[in-house]
Amino acid sequence: MTGVDVALDIAGVGSRSYAFIIDWHIRLLLALGWFCSGWLLIKAFGVALPSMTAPPRVLGVAAVAPAIGIYLLYHPVLELVLRGRTPGKRRAGVRIVTRQGGTPGTAALLIRNIFRLLDSLPFFYLLGLGSCLITEQRVRIGDLAAGTLLVIDSESAAKTLAQLGSMVAHSGLPPVLVELMHDLLERWAALDIARRDELARSILARADPSTPTAQLEGLTDTELARRLRQWLDSGRADR
Amino acid sequence: MNAADPDAAAGSVTAAGPTTAASTSTAARTASAWMTSRAQLWSEWLAQSAARPRQLDVETAQRYIERYRALARDLVTARRLLPGSRATAALEAMYVGAHAGIDRSERQTGASLLRLLRDDIPVVVGSLRPTILWLGLLLFAAAAAGSWLVTVYPELIALVASPKMIDAVEHGRLWTEGMLNIAPASIVSVRILSNNIVVSLFAFCAGIFFGLGAFYIVAVNGLMLGALFAFTHQFGLDGELLKFTLAHGPVELSVICISAAAGTALGESLIRPSAPTRRESFQQAAGRVARVLVACALLLIGCGLIEGFVSPDPGVSLATRAIIGLGYWLLMLLWLGGRLFPRRPMRAAPQGS
Repeated sequence: MTGVDVALDIAGVGSRSYAFIIDWHIRLLLALGWFCSGWLLIKAFGVALPSMTAPPRVLGVAAVAPAIGIYLLYHPVLELVLRGRTPGKRRAGVRIVTRQGGTPGTAALLIRNIFRLLDSLPFFYLLGLGSCLITEQRVRIGDLAAGTLLVIDSESAAKTLAQLGSMVAHSGLPPVLVELMHDLLERWAALDIARRDELARSILARADPSTPTAQLEGLTDTELARRLRQWLDSGRADR
Repeated sequence: MNAADPDAAAGSVTAAGPTTAASTSTAARTASAWMTSRAQLWSEWLAQSAARPRQLDVETAQRYIERYRALARDLVTARRLLPGSRATAALEAMYVGAHAGIDRSERQTGASLLRLLRDDIPVVVGSLRPTILWLGLLLFAAAAAGSWLVTVYPELIALVASPKMIDAVEHGRLWTEGMLNIAPASIVSVRILSNNIVVSLFAFCAGIFFGLGAFYIVAVNGLMLGALFAFTHQFGLDGELLKFTLAHGPVELSVICISAAAGTALGESLIRPSAPTRRESFQQAAGRVARVLVACALLLIGCGLIEGFVSPDPGVSLATRAIIGLGYWLLMLLWLGGRLFPRRPMRAAPQGS
């Protein structure tokens, strides 16, 4: 539409399976929840209402049928309502898009789900997984039919843009330096102390070349982190 | 090159080629000024994206499109000023999100559903008519083969009927007798229609195996039908079976042939691609013929209701069953032939539109 191309990251078999397993657990729990509450209700009313003469098998079906409905309709309904996402896909950070990166329509999502019948054959989605492994864009047969792709959902990355923009505005530092500080602070807890201190000193020296090296060397780990935050917040740090 | 016009500054930096330390510093200042000038706007956009309503008025939709274009410009600038940076990656993510928000198909309304039922489905069924007829022939041929096999080798019935069914027939009654004593008609209907819909969907999906899967489903159904009739005939119960299947059978069998024909079209799209690649051809065929599945599902819901409420009821006479079966089948033919829903004549667009 604008002539600006953007490459989308295709979700691999791992992300796909991860999302599916989460969704599978959710729908299983929902179905079991319905079944158990239905069963308890039937038990309760069965005792309370002597006029209820339906045989136990009928009551069993009444408890089981909606549970099966929940289990089978989970994917099509949620994908339609949430526009290509399900709780599992959201957790795995993936979503369904068209080949042009747009939001898939109702028809495409329904076709994608109809082909689950085939993808799930002979068991454990073996056919679908095989298709994901051999196709260039890691798609199952349902995706091929519907013209959809499962991509890494980078919506959370968009949130960092506003943060970075405001940091650059407040600090007056070059964006590259702001990004370095932001990255380092984000990974602070995960990094080795000596390594992160070395990186912090190097970045602080670039932010303010007039700071004596000896002064930076004398700063503790906590002070270095505080200085980085001060730079990002106000564009200067206490000496 | 000033902060007031960061885009112009970005252009001049790129044109000069920031090779020296001075120009690197200038580029950094320009990028900084540019990001500073856009930061507030990005925050606003992000907040708007999070609170996007499901229905947009024209003015809001236009604002989204303008924002999308502005994002594209920002992305181009960011790629020049800050290549490979997190800000650029984040802008790309925001742009992709805006694209997905704009590039979506029209909402399914009552009008589009009516269009599907009135126009689209009859057109697709019309294009599948020769295949449906061939598959109908296959069904009858398989039924004849099944009937002959069970007549000649009666023990083969064990391949298509369960021991319980065989036992019932051997004791002079159909397995369908007393069906309503086990479960109410509504539950029987739901069970039958869901099973039939799955079979129909499977006949469609199995077409991907170059149409062979669809042929297989039709042939197996025909074989079973013929075998069961031949088996019940041996015990004088074929009339009872005919009575049971008469009301729902014609449409049910037709629907299997229709969904299998749609599946065959999928197989054909792979054998004889109508697009530059087989993938595209398959995708186009699936999008086109999958519409008939809506018709199949609706017709099977009707079949399920008949099979649950009418077919097992011994009080319904043969004539009534025949009228229901034939009537429903004719209704199906009228609908799928495009003669059930009247089409409105095309009106000229009002002047100035």
